[in-house]
Amino acid sequence: MIFATELMNYAMIGAFVVVGLCQLMAMVRVVIGPEPGDRILALDTMVVNAIGLIVLMGLSQGTRIYFEASLIIAMLGFVSTVSYARFILRGDIIE
Amino acid sequence: MTYEIIALYAVSFCLIVGAAFTLVGAIGLLKFNDPMTRLHAPTKVGTVGVGALLLASIIYNGVFGDGAVQELLIMGFLFVTAPISANFIAKVNMHRRACETPPDLPAGEEWATYDLPASDIDVLDDKSTSA
Repeated sequence: MIFATELMNYAMIGAFVVVGLCQLMAMVRVVIGPEPGDRILALDTMVVNAIGLIVLMGLSQGTRIYFEASLIIAMLGFVSTVSYARFILRGDIIE
Repeated sequence: MTYEIIALYAVSFCLIVGAAFTLVGAIGLLKFNDPMTRLHAPTKVGTVGVGALLLASIIYNGVFGDGAVQELLIMGFLFVTAPISANFIAKVNMHRRACETPPDLPAGEEWATYDLPASDIDVLDDKSTSA
Protein backbone atom coordinates (compact mmCIF):
# COMPACT_ATOMS: atom_id res chain seq x y z
CA MET A 1 0.00 0.00 0.00
CA ILE A 2 2.73 2.42 0.94
CA PHE A 3 4.79 1.73 -2.19
CA ALA A 4 1.77 2.07 -4.46
CA THR A 5 0.79 5.40 -2.90
CA GLU A 6 4.33 6.70 -3.22
CA LEU A 7 4.49 5.52 -6.84
CA MET A 8 1.27 7.38 -7.65
CA ASN A 9 2.54 10.54 -5.95
CA TYR A 10 5.79 10.44 -7.92
CA ALA A 11 3.92 9.67 -11.17
CA MET A 12 1.63 12.64 -10.56
CA ILE A 13 4.53 15.01 -9.86
CA GLY A 14 6.34 13.72 -12.96
CA ALA A 15 3.23 14.15 -15.09
CA PHE A 16 2.83 17.73 -13.86
CA VAL A 17 6.46 18.53 -14.74
CA VAL A 18 6.33 16.83 -18.15
CA VAL A 19 3.03 18.35 -19.26
CA GLY A 20 4.15 21.80 -18.11
CA LEU A 21 7.39 21.35 -20.04
CA CYS A 22 5.41 20.34 -23.12
CA GLN A 23 3.33 23.50 -22.73
CA LEU A 24 6.55 25.54 -22.81
CA MET A 25 7.82 23.63 -25.87
CA ALA A 26 4.58 24.28 -27.74
CA MET A 27 4.92 27.95 -26.80
CA VAL A 28 8.40 27.99 -28.38
CA ARG A 29 6.84 26.69 -31.60
CA VAL A 30 4.19 29.44 -31.41
CA VAL A 31 6.96 32.03 -31.23
CA ILE A 32 9.34 30.71 -33.89
CA GLY A 33 6.65 29.86 -36.44
CA PRO A 34 7.54 30.04 -39.27
CA GLU A 35 4.27 29.31 -41.09
CA PRO A 36 0.78 30.28 -39.83
CA GLY A 37 -0.16 26.60 -39.94
CA ASP A 38 2.57 25.82 -37.40
CA ARG A 39 1.33 28.53 -35.06
CA ILE A 40 -2.26 27.28 -35.28
CA LEU A 41 -1.09 23.73 -34.63
CA ALA A 42 1.00 24.80 -31.63
CA LEU A 43 -1.93 26.75 -30.16
CA ASP A 44 -4.14 23.68 -30.59
CA THR A 45 -1.52 21.58 -28.79
CA MET A 46 -1.36 24.14 -25.99
CA VAL A 47 -5.14 23.88 -25.51
CA VAL A 48 -4.91 20.09 -25.30
CA ASN A 49 -2.02 20.36 -22.81
CA ALA A 50 -4.05 22.80 -20.72
CA ILE A 51 -6.86 20.23 -20.54
CA GLY A 52 -4.31 17.67 -19.36
CA LEU A 53 -2.99 20.05 -16.70
CA ILE A 54 -6.51 20.78 -15.41
CA VAL A 55 -7.31 17.07 -15.24
CA LEU A 56 -4.08 16.49 -13.32
CA MET A 57 -4.93 19.30 -10.91
CA GLY A 58 -8.37 17.82 -10.24
CA LEU A 59 -6.78 14.41 -9.73
CA SER A 60 -4.18 15.71 -7.27
CA GLN A 61 -6.74 17.68 -5.23
CA GLY A 62 -9.29 14.87 -5.33
CA THR A 63 -12.13 17.09 -6.47
CA ARG A 64 -14.36 17.03 -9.53
CA ILE A 65 -15.08 20.75 -9.76
CA TYR A 66 -12.59 21.26 -12.62
CA PHE A 67 -14.41 18.92 -14.99
CA GLU A 68 -16.70 21.58 -16.46
CA ALA A 69 -13.77 23.95 -16.96
CA SER A 70 -11.82 21.40 -19.00
CA LEU A 71 -14.89 20.53 -21.09
CA ILE A 72 -15.48 24.18 -21.94
CA ILE A 73 -11.78 24.66 -22.76
CA ALA A 74 -11.96 21.66 -25.12
CA MET A 75 -14.93 23.15 -26.97
CA LEU A 76 -13.44 26.65 -27.16
CA GLY A 77 -10.11 25.24 -28.37
CA PHE A 78 -11.77 23.42 -31.26
CA VAL A 79 -13.80 26.47 -32.26
CA SER A 80 -10.76 28.77 -32.10
CA THR A 81 -8.62 26.39 -34.16
CA VAL A 82 -11.26 26.13 -36.87
CA SER A 83 -11.82 29.87 -36.96
CA TYR A 84 -8.08 30.65 -37.20
CA ALA A 85 -7.73 28.15 -40.07
CA ARG A 86 -10.83 29.47 -41.76
CA PHE A 87 -9.60 33.03 -41.51
CA ILE A 88 -6.42 32.10 -43.35
CA LEU A 89 -8.23 29.93 -45.91
CA ARG A 90 -11.05 32.32 -46.78
CA GLY A 91 -10.03 35.73 -45.40
CA ASP A 92 -13.22 35.75 -43.36
CA ILE A 93 -14.68 33.64 -40.57
CA ILE A 94 -18.44 33.87 -41.13
CA GLU A 95 -19.29 34.64 -44.71
CA MET B 1 -7.14 -3.74 0.12
CA THR B 2 -5.53 -5.48 -2.86
CA TYR B 3 -8.21 -3.97 -5.07
CA GLU B 4 -7.10 -0.48 -4.10
CA ILE B 5 -3.42 -1.32 -4.60
CA ILE B 6 -4.15 -2.57 -8.12
CA ALA B 7 -6.11 0.63 -8.80
CA LEU B 8 -3.18 2.75 -7.61
CA TYR B 9 -0.80 0.87 -9.91
CA ALA B 10 -3.23 1.33 -12.81
CA VAL B 11 -3.51 5.07 -12.11
CA SER B 12 0.30 5.38 -11.99
CA PHE B 13 0.64 3.48 -15.26
CA CYS B 14 -1.94 5.68 -16.99
CA LEU B 15 -0.25 8.85 -15.68
CA ILE B 16 3.17 7.74 -16.92
CA VAL B 17 1.84 6.71 -20.33
CA GLY B 18 -0.06 9.98 -20.74
CA ALA B 19 2.94 12.09 -19.74
CA ALA B 20 5.24 10.11 -22.07
CA PHE B 21 2.97 10.53 -25.09
CA THR B 22 2.53 14.23 -24.33
CA LEU B 23 6.33 14.59 -24.25
CA VAL B 24 6.69 12.69 -27.53
CA GLY B 25 4.15 14.97 -29.20
CA ALA B 26 5.83 18.15 -27.94
CA ILE B 27 9.30 16.98 -29.01
CA GLY B 28 7.94 16.11 -32.45
CA LEU B 29 6.26 19.50 -32.73
CA LEU B 30 9.55 21.18 -31.87
CA LYS B 31 12.08 19.04 -33.79
CA PHE B 32 10.48 18.10 -37.12
CA ASN B 33 11.49 20.30 -40.01
CA ASP B 34 8.48 20.39 -42.34
CA PRO B 35 5.01 21.82 -41.63
CA MET B 36 3.17 18.70 -42.79
CA THR B 37 5.53 16.49 -40.73
CA ARG B 38 4.99 18.66 -37.68
CA LEU B 39 1.25 18.15 -38.13
CA HIS B 40 1.71 14.46 -37.43
CA ALA B 41 3.27 14.58 -33.97
CA PRO B 42 0.75 16.48 -31.76
CA THR B 43 -2.12 14.18 -32.71
CA LYS B 44 -0.64 11.73 -30.19
CA VAL B 45 -1.12 14.35 -27.48
CA GLY B 46 -4.78 14.73 -28.31
CA THR B 47 -5.63 11.04 -28.34
CA VAL B 48 -3.37 8.85 -26.20
CA GLY B 49 -1.80 11.60 -24.05
CA VAL B 50 -4.90 13.30 -22.68
CA GLY B 51 -6.86 10.06 -23.07
CA ALA B 52 -4.56 8.26 -20.61
CA LEU B 53 -4.66 11.17 -18.14
CA LEU B 54 -8.47 11.16 -18.26
CA LEU B 55 -8.46 7.38 -17.84
CA ALA B 56 -6.32 7.79 -14.72
CA SER B 57 -8.84 10.28 -13.35
CA ILE B 58 -11.73 7.90 -14.12
CA ILE B 59 -10.02 4.97 -12.36
CA TYR B 60 -9.04 7.05 -9.31
CA ASN B 61 -12.51 8.53 -8.88
CA GLY B 62 -14.13 5.16 -9.52
CA VAL B 63 -12.18 3.41 -6.76
CA PHE B 64 -11.65 6.16 -4.16
CA GLY B 65 -14.48 8.59 -5.04
CA ASP B 66 -18.11 8.27 -5.99
CA GLY B 67 -17.42 6.79 -9.41
CA ALA B 68 -18.52 9.16 -12.18
CA VAL B 69 -17.44 8.82 -15.79
CA GLN B 70 -17.99 12.37 -17.00
CA GLU B 71 -14.42 12.44 -18.30
CA LEU B 72 -15.62 10.22 -21.14
CA LEU B 73 -17.34 13.34 -22.48
CA ILE B 74 -14.03 15.21 -22.81
CA MET B 75 -12.36 12.13 -24.30
CA GLY B 76 -15.12 11.65 -26.87
CA PHE B 77 -15.14 15.32 -27.78
CA LEU B 78 -11.35 15.38 -28.28
CA PHE B 79 -11.42 12.18 -30.34
CA VAL B 80 -14.16 13.55 -32.58
CA THR B 81 -12.69 17.02 -33.14
CA ALA B 82 -8.97 16.15 -33.52
CA PRO B 83 -9.23 14.92 -37.17
CA ILE B 84 -11.31 17.96 -38.13
CA SER B 85 -8.75 20.44 -36.80
CA ALA B 86 -5.90 18.44 -38.37
CA ASN B 87 -7.68 18.53 -41.72
CA PHE B 88 -8.15 22.30 -41.45
CA ILE B 89 -4.49 22.86 -40.55
CA ALA B 90 -3.39 20.67 -43.48
CA LYS B 91 -5.59 22.76 -45.77
CA VAL B 92 -3.95 25.90 -44.37
CA ASN B 93 -0.51 24.46 -45.15
CA MET B 94 -1.56 23.59 -48.72
CA HIS B 95 -3.19 26.99 -49.14
CA ARG B 96 -0.03 28.78 -48.02
CA ARG B 97 2.09 26.50 -50.26
CA ALA B 98 4.06 25.53 -47.18
CA CYS B 99 4.29 21.88 -48.21
CA GLU B 100 5.36 20.06 -51.32
CA THR B 101 2.83 20.24 -54.11
CA PRO B 102 0.45 17.25 -53.99
CA PRO B 103 0.68 14.76 -56.90
CA ASP B 104 -0.83 15.60 -60.26
CA LEU B 105 -4.41 14.62 -60.93
CA PRO B 106 -5.91 13.50 -64.26
CA ALA B 107 -6.60 16.31 -66.69
CA GLY B 108 -9.60 18.45 -65.87
CA GLU B 109 -9.50 17.75 -62.13
CA GLU B 110 -8.14 19.92 -59.34
CA TRP B 111 -7.42 19.43 -55.64
CA ALA B 112 -10.41 20.72 -53.70
CA THR B 113 -8.29 23.09 -51.63
CA TYR B 114 -6.93 24.80 -54.73
CA ASP B 115 -10.24 24.73 -56.57
CA LEU B 116 -11.64 28.24 -56.25
CA PRO B 117 -15.11 29.22 -57.41
CA ALA B 118 -15.19 31.66 -60.36
CA SER B 119 -16.40 34.53 -58.18
CA ASP B 120 -13.42 34.16 -55.84
CA ILE B 121 -10.98 34.13 -58.76
CA ASP B 122 -12.51 37.44 -59.89
CA VAL B 123 -12.02 38.86 -56.38
CA LEU B 124 -8.38 37.73 -56.33
CA ASP B 125 -7.78 39.25 -59.77
CA ASP B 126 -9.32 42.53 -58.67
CA LYS B 127 -7.06 42.61 -55.63
CA SER B 128 -3.93 41.83 -57.63
CA THR B 129 -4.73 44.44 -60.29
CA SER B 130 -5.65 47.17 -57.81
CA ALA B 131 -2.57 46.48 -55.66
